[in-house]
Amino acid sequence: MTIKIGKAKPGTGLKPVVEEMSGVNLNLCYQCRKCSAGCPVAGVAESAPSEVIRRLHLGAGNELLESKLVWMCLSCETCYGRCPMQINFAAVIDALRSLSIARGTRAPRGNMPLFNRMFLENVRIFGRSYDLSMIAGYKLGSGKLMDDAEKFPSMLMKGKMAILPPSGADKKAVRRIFGRAGKKGAKTR
Amino acid sequence: MKYAYYPGCSSHSTARDMHESAAAVARALGIELVEIDGWSCCGATAAHQTDRVLAASLPASNLLLAKQMGLDTVVTCAACYSRMKAANHEVSTSPDMHKKVADTVGRPYDGSVAVRHLVEVLLEDVGIEKLRKSFVQSLGGLKVASYYGCLLVRPHNVTNFDDAENPTSLDRLVEAMGGHSVDWPCKVDCCGGGLNLTRTDMVVKLSGSIIDMAAAAGADCIAVACPMCQASLDLRQSDMHKKSGRRYQMPILYVTQLLGLCLGISPKELGFNRLMVPAFSVLHSLSAKGSL
Repeated sequence: MTIKIGKAKPGTGLKPVVEEMSGVNLNLCYQCRKCSAGCPVAGVAESAPSEVIRRLHLGAGNELLESKLVWMCLSCETCYGRCPMQINFAAVIDALRSLSIARGTRAPRGNMPLFNRMFLENVRIFGRSYDLSMIAGYKLGSGKLMDDAEKFPSMLMKGKMAILPPSGADKKAVRRIFGRAGKKGAKTR
Repeated sequence: MKYAYYPGCSSHSTARDMHESAAAVARALGIELVEIDGWSCCGATAAHQTDRVLAASLPASNLLLAKQMGLDTVVTCAACYSRMKAANHEVSTSPDMHKKVADTVGRPYDGSVAVRHLVEVLLEDVGIEKLRKSFVQSLGGLKVASYYGCLLVRPHNVTNFDDAENPTSLDRLVEAMGGHSVDWPCKVDCCGGGLNLTRTDMVVKLSGSIIDMAAAAGADCIAVACPMCQASLDLRQSDMHKKSGRRYQMPILYVTQLLGLCLGISPKELGFNRLMVPAFSVLHSLSAKGSL
């Protein structure tokens, strides 16, 4: 595919902030594309890891946050595992995700940011993941109410979905962590 | 053998069978798993996709509890394993992260608590010989595809689990149980688990190709050590059928469920009744030890 890159305004490129957030030196990449060859979603995501790195080199700004790969990445870390320069591309993607939330980028198909928010909000409240409440919140927010509805009864019967919220965690300690970590997980949208 | 045990959230939800079979196998082998009192969620994928400090602090607070117990931490969930190992790596290699995590958790953590997957404990501390001696039944030549997924083996400089591209830990356990470990190419492929609810189409695609490859290699079942892999491969077979029209009947078992059978533990106690795809074929192939 053809990548169109507009003339970057000086100082708007994401590269320095991504490098700072991820602790990764992107200048080490020499575009061997091993990362892209092993990526299980590159084909469907219409952009590959090496391409995202190249766009960062070339001064890409907020438009990069709209790349499908940002939220389709599975964090499988095959890219990092195989990179001859040991570039942690999974950490680069995590930085792009944080930036995408902070800068209010349009929600991707499947709305992973909503899922993450629901997951972390339940952890903040209960100290542990409460799947039933998390899934209900995600379904209400995403409108995907009927997805997997047919699986629900058998999961309940087989004890694979707890009805009552989890108990036993040191909730105070967890709330302190969320409070101090900037409430990013619970409050950002 | 005594360890601090971190069950992880899924052990009370989608992976009760993992927890039940791990506890039963540990009991049978004299491994003492002491649950960490007051443990909380490791943050999983959601935390590391959201905030780096939060992602390291949630596991660190649990590891601080384990540190007080003076024991190695044993984990059965590959995702918790990965997040705890990553937290250890973050605080011990980055002074900046060490400080930020200390500020967030309220106490400094140096990354010194050893985090081990139960599979590592079985192979390294119990050992294949003792396992063999403890077995009362054999898998009777059952063909098993050992599936490791992502989180145990990658990134290898952080997890140090076996080999990054061709791990053999589960294969060795399968062979010791009298099973036949099939040679197949998807051992460390990704099942798509992180997108299970958000992009189910991707999970069906990726997990579907893994099951297809295992079937092509002649496997009767797939052995896993991760609750996300188990959920993707087991729960999504009905969706694979809807998509392709082909019938999928591949049992997806935790390796501890197979070990439990060989140790003479009842299928019910090992959570076999919780599987979406039933494993009757596996139970039928069991034979008395030494009859092969």
